[in-house]
Amino acid sequence: MINLETPKKYRGFVKQVNEVATNFLRANSRTYDLAEHSYPKELDLLASLVDGMNESGQSKGAGAAGVRVKDDDKGGVKNGTNMSSVLSVIEMCWGDVGLLLSMPRQGLGNSAIASVANDEQLERFKDTWAAMAITEPSFGSDSAAIKTTAVKDGDEYILNGEKIFVTSGERADSVVVWATLDKSKGRAAIKSFVVPKSLPGIRVERLEHKLGIRASDTAVIVLEDCRVPAANLLGDPEIDTSKGFAGAMATFDNTRPLVAGMAVGCARAALELTRDLFTDAGIEIDYDRPAQSQSAAAATFLQMEADWEAAHLLTLSAAWMADNRKPNSLEASMAKAKAGRVGNQITLRCVELASTLGYSEVEFLEKWSRDSKILDIFEGTQQIQQLIVARRVLGLTSSQLK
Amino acid sequence: MARTDPMGVGLKVLNRLAQSSVIDRFGLRDATQKVVYHGARNGFKAAGTAQRTFTKVRSGGQGARPSTSAPTGVFDLTPTDDQQMMVEVVEEFAREVLRPGAESAEAVNDTPKEILGQTSDFGLSLINIPEDLGGLSQERSAVTGVLVAEALASGDMGQAVACLAPSAVATAIALWGTEGQQQTYLSAFAGDDVPAAALAVAEPRVLFDPFTLQTTARRSGAGYTLSGLKSGVVRGSEAELFVVAAEVEGRGPSMILVEASAAGVQVAEDPSMGLRAAGLSRLALDDVQVAEDAVLGSVEDYREMVRLSRLAWAGLALGTARTTLDYVKDYVTTREAFGEPVAYRQSVAFTVADMAIELEGMRLVTLRAASRVDQGLDAAREIALARKLTAEYGMKIGTDGVQMLGGHGFVKEHPVERWYRDLRAIGVMEGAVLV
Repeated sequence: MINLETPKKYRGFVKQVNEVATNFLRANSRTYDLAEHSYPKELDLLASLVDGMNESGQSKGAGAAGVRVKDDDKGGVKNGTNMSSVLSVIEMCWGDVGLLLSMPRQGLGNSAIASVANDEQLERFKDTWAAMAITEPSFGSDSAAIKTTAVKDGDEYILNGEKIFVTSGERADSVVVWATLDKSKGRAAIKSFVVPKSLPGIRVERLEHKLGIRASDTAVIVLEDCRVPAANLLGDPEIDTSKGFAGAMATFDNTRPLVAGMAVGCARAALELTRDLFTDAGIEIDYDRPAQSQSAAAATFLQMEADWEAAHLLTLSAAWMADNRKPNSLEASMAKAKAGRVGNQITLRCVELASTLGYSEVEFLEKWSRDSKILDIFEGTQQIQQLIVARRVLGLTSSQLK
Repeated sequence: MARTDPMGVGLKVLNRLAQSSVIDRFGLRDATQKVVYHGARNGFKAAGTAQRTFTKVRSGGQGARPSTSAPTGVFDLTPTDDQQMMVEVVEEFAREVLRPGAESAEAVNDTPKEILGQTSDFGLSLINIPEDLGGLSQERSAVTGVLVAEALASGDMGQAVACLAPSAVATAIALWGTEGQQQTYLSAFAGDDVPAAALAVAEPRVLFDPFTLQTTARRSGAGYTLSGLKSGVVRGSEAELFVVAAEVEGRGPSMILVEASAAGVQVAEDPSMGLRAAGLSRLALDDVQVAEDAVLGSVEDYREMVRLSRLAWAGLALGTARTTLDYVKDYVTTREAFGEPVAYRQSVAFTVADMAIELEGMRLVTLRAASRVDQGLDAAREIALARKLTAEYGMKIGTDGVQMLGGHGFVKEHPVERWYRDLRAIGVMEGAVLV
């Protein structure tokens, strides 16, 4: 039966996460926006709280590892860990995107491990905080152009290369590094490795200064003859050219709804604050009267809220499909594309509507409109999402539609 | 899906369909040729050419009300088995009958009576009428209404509106009528010969707002005197019964039942940009006398009617937008320029991607709004957002649809120009349809 309300079984959980977001994230939001690169120590306490919730089952399976496909198929319609993870991310990013990204043991690398690790690896890496390292100085969207190499040597791989834009690269204790086993074999030869930062040969070169999400560290990581145990290779070590990129890319089907959720949470924060500021200023919004008969501000707000609602539901439906084992690559990209762009448009428009009040650091609107920009870029830019959607909708290959 | 759906509409519709000859589409195509052109006749004339007498039953008691479904609390995008079956039937009707007949229906500014007859054969106007009033439903469902509107409009929005117009009036009486109003009118909609009927809300002026009406009902004697001009009235010249939106003295904006035979009721055809098969008309009310019990529902019910009507328009937008997207997909992957299909170019492909993304987004928002109605939750916000999105992106899909075909999209050789004109109705129209 069609129903798009927040699942009943997660409503209490969402409320709890919102309280956490209010007290731990929003409360420290400006502090770490201004103090870029300083470690948000408040998050240690929060992380142990989250670990406790995970162990007691209170977390409803949400978090970076919630994207793992589990064998609990009892039939019927499921609302599972993909849904609870997305709901949790939305609330947390309503609090602060940068701080959510800095949550210990909740890195994108953790999602990658959860998506593709075997059971032994999952157990071995369960306590690690894993960052994700894909991008290199010479490429961005074109992940197949990876130059970082992994050469088998006995029970180890020797990794060499430079990775940029590694979120939590400094704070995490391991990095999931994407490297090629054989450059001549193309995409199929690209594998991911869990590289503990305690190993010799891996180092943080520098940290970036950024437009937004300043609470989160973005590192440049260099690998120089870094010897990684062969057992740390995630997924199949063989180069199967028939499978191409599928294995590594599976991570993205799972993480894109989460990034869409980040944009949805951030934009909701901006809409709510703008609505409050409007109410204080005596600007009313009526859902029944035609928008064009209301003030321009109200009409603009209605349009933003409508776009937000679409992004929100696209995000939840992509997660719902994952929970119900329906292939969701198309829907995940649709959600990311819509949420990424409207998240950015909404936050920027809210600054405009609030005039200098929105532009000033007195309110968070200017910060949210800086934070939102990255959400239309990382985990696949707007343009990459459109490419994926277009190829799927039109039934075209990557050589036909470049 | 193993769930047993309590609504039971789908099976009943299938049964009715099996008894009717709806799938004999060639017969229907012939029928469309017989309709007389009456588009350009201007000037007001008496309404209701086939006037019937509605035998008045006086009872002010609360009418029967369809129940709503119990919420499951589970996020779910799966229609019930009954909804799925119903949609498949209606989609087939849309594909085999409405779509091929769209051009000729548009040319005569009306929907053939045979097609309307087929929709009443399979019970389109009965979906929201409770079983004990001769209808088909044990539970009313706005989701079903939206899915049906979507499916019909995937064939042709103009004919879809014509087919749904009597249902709008029947649904309004089922939802908000008194016992007397239900007994007076609903049996006609449950019978073999469903009357043409129209829910007349819009008025022809800029920035029209259904909560600030110029049509008035002034107290006079034991009833009211109605005056005003309505627009967007579906098949006005054929209609036998109107539900008219008016500012009622001492009450505020409300619905009023007006029989076409009443003195002072006149209609004029009002051919518009699109929806031509819906036979859009104006309805002039010149000191029309109605009884006290002609008022249908409360002021709050009126507000609810405006919302549910907007929801139905959102559903219609989904169907036409989907058809436009499908057509464009086929075209751009086969049409060649510079030695390869135009779809190989990002500017074309990304436009199609955005059409697909916005359609999916507005569909989910519309379904959420409808499911809130079914669960008895306040849906004012969600319906407003669904209307906003379908008006904005429905039109964007319509205009991109023409754009992707270039000059070919502009000529009637392809249907995209009709869909473009039809999709402009979304956000403009009020009333006429209801879920």
